[in-house]
Amino acid sequence: MTAQRRDEVLLQVQNLKKYFPIRRGVFQRHVGDVKAVDGVSFDVYRGETLGLVGESGCGKTTTGRTIIRLYEPTEGHVYFEDVDLAKVHGNQLRQMRRKMQMIFQDPYASLSPRMNVLGIVGEPLEVHRVASGKQRKDRVAELLELVGLDTGFMNRYPHEFSGGQRQRIGLARSLALNPDLIICDEPISALDVSIQAQVVNLMEDLQEKLGLTYIFIAHDLSMVRHISDRVAVMYLGKIVELTDRTTLYSNPLHPYTQALLSAVPVPDPFVEEKRQRIILEGDLPSPANPPLGCHFNTRCPVVIDVCFEVEPEFIKIEEGHFCACHLVQPFERPEGRVRLRLEEQTVQKT
Amino acid sequence: MSAHEVQPTVDHLLEVKHLTTRFYTEDGVVHAVSDVSYILNEGDTLGVVGESGCGKSVHALSIMRLIPIPPGKIEAGEVIFRGRDLLKLSDDEMRHVRGAQIAMIFQDPMTSLNPVLTVGFQITEALQLHQGMNNKEAKERAAELLALVGIPEAHQRLDDYPHQFSGGMRQRAMIAMALSCNPMILIADEPTTSLDVTIQAQIIDLVKRLRDSLGMAVIWITHDLGVVAGLAQRVNVMYAGSIVESGPVKEIYVNPHHPYTVGLLGSLPRPDEAHGTQLFSVRGEPPDLVGVLKGCPFAPRCDYVTEHCHHEMPPLEAVEPRHRVACWERERVRRPQ
Repeated sequence: MTAQRRDEVLLQVQNLKKYFPIRRGVFQRHVGDVKAVDGVSFDVYRGETLGLVGESGCGKTTTGRTIIRLYEPTEGHVYFEDVDLAKVHGNQLRQMRRKMQMIFQDPYASLSPRMNVLGIVGEPLEVHRVASGKQRKDRVAELLELVGLDTGFMNRYPHEFSGGQRQRIGLARSLALNPDLIICDEPISALDVSIQAQVVNLMEDLQEKLGLTYIFIAHDLSMVRHISDRVAVMYLGKIVELTDRTTLYSNPLHPYTQALLSAVPVPDPFVEEKRQRIILEGDLPSPANPPLGCHFNTRCPVVIDVCFEVEPEFIKIEEGHFCACHLVQPFERPEGRVRLRLEEQTVQKT
Repeated sequence: MSAHEVQPTVDHLLEVKHLTTRFYTEDGVVHAVSDVSYILNEGDTLGVVGESGCGKSVHALSIMRLIPIPPGKIEAGEVIFRGRDLLKLSDDEMRHVRGAQIAMIFQDPMTSLNPVLTVGFQITEALQLHQGMNNKEAKERAAELLALVGIPEAHQRLDDYPHQFSGGMRQRAMIAMALSCNPMILIADEPTTSLDVTIQAQIIDLVKRLRDSLGMAVIWITHDLGVVAGLAQRVNVMYAGSIVESGPVKEIYVNPHHPYTVGLLGSLPRPDEAHGTQLFSVRGEPPDLVGVLKGCPFAPRCDYVTEHCHHEMPPLEAVEPRHRVACWERERVRRPQ
């Protein structure tokens, strides 16, 4: 896998936007937009796992759903193997959908309670006319085995399974058509800790075996760090920082990334004892009415005047490290503004 | 010292002894909490960790006597709070303890606030009831409390309804309500689980500050071992209704002696791990608590299991002076390096 990684771009997202209109009154007048995704751009390489993190309402789920065309994009392009997914229709879209699948957060809501496992896992095969009858049954058995479930479960219904087993069924369904890309929308956040580890290990095994590419959407930073090769941090509809997993955690540049990382509890009492937390004040502003300038300016601990007027560009800081902050300038321009390390600042203050 | 011969109860704020709660359902008897014993001292912070269905919430509700009866029933045990057994109090006496001396906050701040009453009314209600304040005094105090938990413009916000508050603010309002009567113990049942990490950090920071300034004891129930590491001095690990390991946080995180604790700690990604490390997962699923469990409930998932484990439930016994473990093989169990 590693050889392919980094060279071949599987998916290219360019300035993707998704606005949900707000309508009021008898005539359903269009009075505004919820800017759920407001211009995000990133590449996904074949065979890698891209983590997409952020708090609730930051647009990470909408991004995933818009890529796969569960939502119609308002603007922007999504190139998948040179086809612009944002433009294709009808049969061509159906053909493209075979190559990308999605697994969902809630394993209780994402499986039909009236279908048995054979029906659920075999449905994509039928919809896309890949296999039917005996062939379909064999393929389902193969898939169940792949995700570590007993093939005897085929005639059972979702209510007979635990959360972890259901998530395995969802995974089997998403693998049915041999996709290249799987968008995983918080696949483990509804599961217990010990079961989370089982599912994550399974996902990693499958990636190894089948050469899958994942977009892993989650709010749990420690798990995202574990599974991802690169991580994109979202805030209020925009990506504020994107880099590889090691750099993001060792050298986060955006103040929001730094605050987010510092807010994650570490399961080690000795580390926790010494930690200096950056506590962000206030809540996420409404995406229907985002602040002018930088979206983070209402909560940013190092905000300066320009942040209230000009929106920072999402620029390359060093090779493979992108960030959108007025205070963070490319490394080759040391005469630019001072880069800030929030932790040091906070320590000095207290 | 074993769980059964706890020292004389002079200074302990709260002592739970052999607490056992069951639910009588159509499917059978659910053994939600079995023989739970521990001590909480003044100013202590105790973390209670475990996965869903392990009895951590039911044990707290049993202490507060908030178990719906029927189908629930507190079968046995004592909950000694400042020398009195809470389980023997009349309903009326219990009402004076609940909220006033032991307060509780819940996981979902939306469902635990009444949507048709203003936040101010819900806070002042307890003040008028428990502290006999008049309307004006209570309002004054309520505004003070909201300011204390960090809600800006507290006076105006008293007239707001819960839906006008964000998730983090609702949880702050819940904490303000819980603190309104200066409780000696605050029981927090997964108060940050439905919140975002940055908001969770705000709430934990708030509880820490309040605990230190007001001298409350805190029982913090959670499934997140990270939160416990930063907040609690002692931890009880629960599995299938029983405490399987109990002791100082620093001791247990470094040197766990129950295979379940080892598994839980191992299933979390570590910040210093190398890329490509496999997580250590506990195989199988937690047991169904309907019906009588024979032997150790963790036996079917355990790597250290022996014949003995299937027949007899191990008692909670000390490996270190304050570190107790319920495992027959506790001497063999080590955290993998």
